[in-house]
Amino acid sequence: MKKQKQSIEEATILFASDSGGGAQSIGTQMTEASAIAGNDVATLPDYPAEIRAPAGSLAGISGFQLRFSSLTIHTPGDLCDVLVAMNPAALKVNIDKLKPNGILIVDTDNFAPRNLRLAGYSSNPLEDGSLTQFQVFPIELTRLTREALKDTGLTQREVDRCKNFYALGMVCWMYNRPMDYAFQWLKEKFATKPQYIEANTLALKAGNIYCEVTEQFATSYEIKPAKFAPGKYRNIEGNMATALGLVAASQKSGLQLVYGSYPITPASTILHELARYRNFGVKTMQMEDEIAAVGVAIGAAFSGALGATGSSGPGIALKAEAINLAMIAELPMVVCNIQRAGPSTGMPTKTEQADLLQMFYGRNGESPLPVIAASRPSDCFETVYEACRIAIKYMTPVIFMSDLYIAFGAEPWLIPHVSDLPAIDVDFPTDTNGFEPYLRDETTLARPWAIPGTPGLEHRIGGLEKADISGNVSYDPDNHEKMVHLRAEKVARIADDLPPTEIFGESSGELLVLSWGGTFGAVRTAVEHKQAESKSVSHVHLRYLNPLPKEVGDIMQGFKRVLIPELNLGQLRLLIRAEYLVDAAGLNKIQGQPFHVFEIESKIDEMLRGDV
Amino acid sequence: MKKRASRPIPVAVQTLTKGDFTSDQDVRWCPGCGDYSILAQTQRILPDLGIPKEDFVFISGIGCSSRFPYYMNTYGFHTIHGRAPTIAAGVKASNPDLSVWVITGDGDALSIGGNHFIHLMRRNLDINVLLFNNRIYGLTKGQYSPTSEQGKKTYSTPMGSIDNPFNPISLALASGATFVARSLDRDPEHLRSVIKSAFDHKGTSFIEIYQNCNVYNDGAFFTYTEKETKAENTVFLEHGEPLVFGKDGDKGICLNGFKPEVVSLSDGTHSNGDLITHDQFTEDRTLAYFLSRMTEVPGLPHPIGIFRSVEHPCYEEMMTEQINTAKERMGDGDLDALLNEGDTWVVE
Ligand SMILES: Cc1ncc(C[n+]2csc(CCOP(=O)(O)OP(=O)(O)O)c2C)c(N)n1
Ligand code: SF4
Ligand SMILES: [Mg+2]
Repeated sequence: MKKQKQSIEEATILFASDSGGGAQSIGTQMTEASAIAGNDVATLPDYPAEIRAPAGSLAGISGFQLRFSSLTIHTPGDLCDVLVAMNPAALKVNIDKLKPNGILIVDTDNFAPRNLRLAGYSSNPLEDGSLTQFQVFPIELTRLTREALKDTGLTQREVDRCKNFYALGMVCWMYNRPMDYAFQWLKEKFATKPQYIEANTLALKAGNIYCEVTEQFATSYEIKPAKFAPGKYRNIEGNMATALGLVAASQKSGLQLVYGSYPITPASTILHELARYRNFGVKTMQMEDEIAAVGVAIGAAFSGALGATGSSGPGIALKAEAINLAMIAELPMVVCNIQRAGPSTGMPTKTEQADLLQMFYGRNGESPLPVIAASRPSDCFETVYEACRIAIKYMTPVIFMSDLYIAFGAEPWLIPHVSDLPAIDVDFPTDTNGFEPYLRDETTLARPWAIPGTPGLEHRIGGLEKADISGNVSYDPDNHEKMVHLRAEKVARIADDLPPTEIFGESSGELLVLSWGGTFGAVRTAVEHKQAESKSVSHVHLRYLNPLPKEVGDIMQGFKRVLIPELNLGQLRLLIRAEYLVDAAGLNKIQGQPFHVFEIESKIDEMLRGDV
Repeated sequence: MKKRASRPIPVAVQTLTKGDFTSDQDVRWCPGCGDYSILAQTQRILPDLGIPKEDFVFISGIGCSSRFPYYMNTYGFHTIHGRAPTIAAGVKASNPDLSVWVITGDGDALSIGGNHFIHLMRRNLDINVLLFNNRIYGLTKGQYSPTSEQGKKTYSTPMGSIDNPFNPISLALASGATFVARSLDRDPEHLRSVIKSAFDHKGTSFIEIYQNCNVYNDGAFFTYTEKETKAENTVFLEHGEPLVFGKDGDKGICLNGFKPEVVSLSDGTHSNGDLITHDQFTEDRTLAYFLSRMTEVPGLPHPIGIFRSVEHPCYEEMMTEQINTAKERMGDGDLDALLNEGDTWVVE
């Protein structure tokens, strides 16, 4: 049979299975293969809260969405071209995400009445005509995999676990992806279980051949490499980039990195990652709770190390008192808040950016802290590095914000050269002459970082109000007011030290879209689309939230309207309105899911039409 | 056992005196408070420990007792309520060369900081913990604490407290502490010697110090600290010695099944050989635990001294070992290589 090859710009695939059913694993494989093939890629893993909900149930469905493109992309796509659903529940949970006429691959062997019932289907969707708007490919995935692996000597259970690689083989055929990467990965993953290497390799090849020989599949697709800036790339997840950024800051500053943490989704993988870097002298300490974890970071900072701690909303709430101690003690430390959907335990495996005000104001007393946020997975590296630089230069804890969407998302990363990373200078004073614990640098207002072990600089710090300069305990009213102002001024001065704010588009016009954090990709894409339609809309994405870059006020003056899309009820908008008296409008979504590009586009349209 | 005691003391350190450890800040405890004595004994013993002043770090939580670091002319950190163990752990793990001391109260260590306390004990960092037990919240003006006896009437328990108290020594032992001791604010010599032993011990050292709060809980420990009653109501633990006490050394403690009991050494029924012989170095915690429960049995004297002193690997040493092993296996971390790890591709 003559097969056709069609060249297309991009594709979005969603793999969905029971959690533990392999959707994450083959999604990652396909991502790597596409990145290595030169496409731009963006991913959106969607984990269920339960580790292993009952097989076949709606609660247990795990998804991995991957978009790869010959163009530069910023999001994993709103809707999918292909949905691979391993059972009825996976179908039910995800069918709304498939484009009309999209390709639907299902394992028909899993559509027995029992599976259908578990997924809440009263009739079989493969037979009742409810899927006619899609190109359905019913595949007997279970039977075909068993057939292909019948000589491996593995148990049926083991064989069935290779089904996902059969499906991957099919998708590789559809998109003309070489499978070498997956072969190699299997070899490493199952180094001690060669029988699994063989079985999965067989499944992968069988799936590929199946598409080649059956008439069901007539067309495969080709996606040309995207145009990237020259350089060396790797694929990176947000939390991995955060971990690498911390290690890089430690290496560039010459300070040992001490990371205290307590496991919590979606921050834990930073701890896992850093725990692998003992050969960089990295000391990870898994503590008894989040308070202890931040305590460790503070102790590390006091003794002259780069102290860092990471958590998510509930854990950050526990740390608040200790962060405030570091604030008044003026010790450098980085606090990573990888946000998830709150309030309280909320939806631990879903994304949100509703902790901004918590980071600004969630401490007693006047407690100003620098707050900076990463915009995309690869940006976590530079942003957390910047957090370390600011912390050390200004002697202050710095809040680094990320969120589940970028923490778990992946994309190609132009690997920086170590020599190009900004220097982080550390000055531990040793001169006893005129030493005072709270005598400040004239420009930065930073106090000296005099560390234990330094002869003659013995001094005491603590959470009680400090007398200016001497740092002794003071209840003097004027001194307190002065210190409150000094601490605020110190943070405000960081605005003198920030790179210029980039305006995407014209510097004046009808509408400015102002965003922060993980919404970058969706917002930028929407603005690109609208600009392509010659709409007067520009985009500013803020990395620095406290202090805000100085030019933000002026930039907003250049536009008739300002739109602030956020995955919260309008927290940045509240700050912007308070600071600048600008009547910014909000687009607010709070569903535990990232923005779709079309949602932002329609809001832009609406505002440009003047309907609102 | 006493590893560091034998270390030669550098000349500059030999000349240190109590005055060198006294800061220029006015001490602000109530006149007559037991904290004064603990401060003085600490300042007196530090010059004997053989390490330079700049290597001492005193870290405290919140409470009257936790003001202590301000009065020491060393590095000090007065932190937040209950959390000193966590900050101390960060300091010690980051710089194992420092001599790290935690100053805490019964409320600070056992209420709000109870969780950190037990985890500090089990981790066995080489940190010395001095718990000033006055069986009351001093700083907040007299509420009952987790060591207050049941029925205690305080501002917050006008009809008497209905909580069961903690036994700090039992708690430390149960948490796996490798050095556990008790001393008295009003026995300067003993206090100094126990502080010295705690310092000499490698691993977390815990000392419960009976401390008089003469404002909110005056005399809480006088039975054990005052001349008239002390000998009859305390037994001083000495390694290898039988548990003998009493004004005339005429009483002893022996085990009846699982129960420690007072026996007479003067009526011919018992001799030293029948008594419990103290063994602070034994790995098994059972004996130390029996002894720790004596304070809960009316009529038994309170054991004072070192309950347990065993050497286990320290957290910070094991951390350093892991780092060294990782460096041996993988080589010193190379940032460029790390950033370029995994699957990479080049765009021309
Ligand atoms: C988070 C927090 N909660 C409560 C307090 C108030 N507080 C300060 S000290 C203290 C109790 C101290 O008792 P203890 O540890 O026995 O110390 P003492 O004053 O008796 O030496 C309390 C409740 C505080 N400072 N911080
Ligand atoms: S209140 Fe009690 S513990 Fe506090 S300083 Fe006064 S006497 Fe000492
Ligand atoms: Mg107390």
